[in-house]
Amino acid sequence: MLSVNVEKRLGEITVATTFETAGGVTALFGPSGAGKTSIVNMIAGLIAPDRGRIALDDTVLFDSAARINLPPHRRRIGYVFQEGRLFPHLSVAQNLDYGRWIGGFDPDAAERARIVDLLDIGALLGRRPGRLSGGERQRVAVGRALLMKPRLLLLDEPLASLDRARKLEILPYLARLRDEAKVPMIYVSHQAGEILRLASQVVRIEDGRVLAVGGLELLDAEPAH
Amino acid sequence: MFDLTPEEWTAVALSLRIALAATAAALPLGIAVAWLLARKNFWGKALLDAMVHLPLVLPPVVTGYLLLIWFGRKGPVGAFLADHFGIVFSFRWTGAALACGVMAFPLLVRAIRLSFESIDRRLEDAASTLGASGFWVFVTVTLPLALPGVIAGMVLCFAKALGEFGATITFVSNIPGETQTISAAIYTLTQVPGGDAAALRLVAVAVVISFAALIASEWFARRAGLRYHGD
Repeated sequence: MLSVNVEKRLGEITVATTFETAGGVTALFGPSGAGKTSIVNMIAGLIAPDRGRIALDDTVLFDSAARINLPPHRRRIGYVFQEGRLFPHLSVAQNLDYGRWIGGFDPDAAERARIVDLLDIGALLGRRPGRLSGGERQRVAVGRALLMKPRLLLLDEPLASLDRARKLEILPYLARLRDEAKVPMIYVSHQAGEILRLASQVVRIEDGRVLAVGGLELLDAEPAH
Repeated sequence: MFDLTPEEWTAVALSLRIALAATAAALPLGIAVAWLLARKNFWGKALLDAMVHLPLVLPPVVTGYLLLIWFGRKGPVGAFLADHFGIVFSFRWTGAALACGVMAFPLLVRAIRLSFESIDRRLEDAASTLGASGFWVFVTVTLPLALPGVIAGMVLCFAKALGEFGATITFVSNIPGETQTISAAIYTLTQVPGGDAAALRLVAVAVVISFAALIASEWFARRAGLRYHGD
């Protein structure tokens, strides 16, 4: 279970957010500029809240009162960025294995084969990221984050940079991921359609604040943008 | 290939040795300083930046003289190094390498710093979420991505070290077989009657070495660039 209670001033807006997730796929839903990415960055440890507490199961990731701020490399939280951010100097296979290698873990061939198969990226392993299509790149990025065996997977608008056809290509993989990988996920999007396909819990965010936490019915409340 | 006399070969070999030693010694420090300047904000950063660039704007004779004062046998640093580690710079080829390294340092730092600054920091964030500590992010992401700039800096450093004259001759003089580099040898030859032919031979050697270094760096940089964009 993830519990987030943070406050952070970012230029014009102040993110002041409190919510808890129960596992499965939780969507952070709201218009662009609502502070969704900042919240996810705080969970990952890439930016520090001004105040508050973030805990994942029984691990405190951040606690301003207790002066705890676990650095991102010690949080074991997988992060799929909007733009993929694959390492351009490494092959697809090396990108996939980076997390286990840098963490000093033994390779898990069975798990790797399963994820490569799940995301259908077997044919890409020898390629360089520079030559992948947008959809292929995001699938590899998902695989890279999964292979480090994260305790939580953050997906920040992973489909936003793709055209409609590519989105439809990736969505089924993400749905399979939800059903088979058993990793709790935070899925950030301003597209109700994607969330409808994937999430079970919705956190509605506007101007840095949580408007409501609930089920998929929150998507219909009013258009997010 | 070139019909050089043994003395001239000595000067060529010495120049190469000095330039290579200067580049090799300056590289680790250059990477560290470039990284500090590109990534960190600290008190005295402007001062460090100015000090690094000083040899670029000071007259080389001044730099050479300052080295003589500090690193000479009786200088504060020179005496300390000689007494405790047996390292002597004055009138040795190591002193020439020191002078060349100092003179070339700004060029090395500048090239590496620029390439650090052009790296997409978001890739470093991605590496940290995958479990890489700051040190490993640097080794596995930052440094490999900066490689073309590092190579360019090394070549600039090597070329500058190869051609350095003013600071070297001021600091360690012009001793054949010990501190007489190609540049110093050419200078000496142009000061004596009938030295023109020998001077021209060394000029040809200097041109060939510089040219080869440039082509080699181009090749390395292109290969490194291809690794990021090819498949």
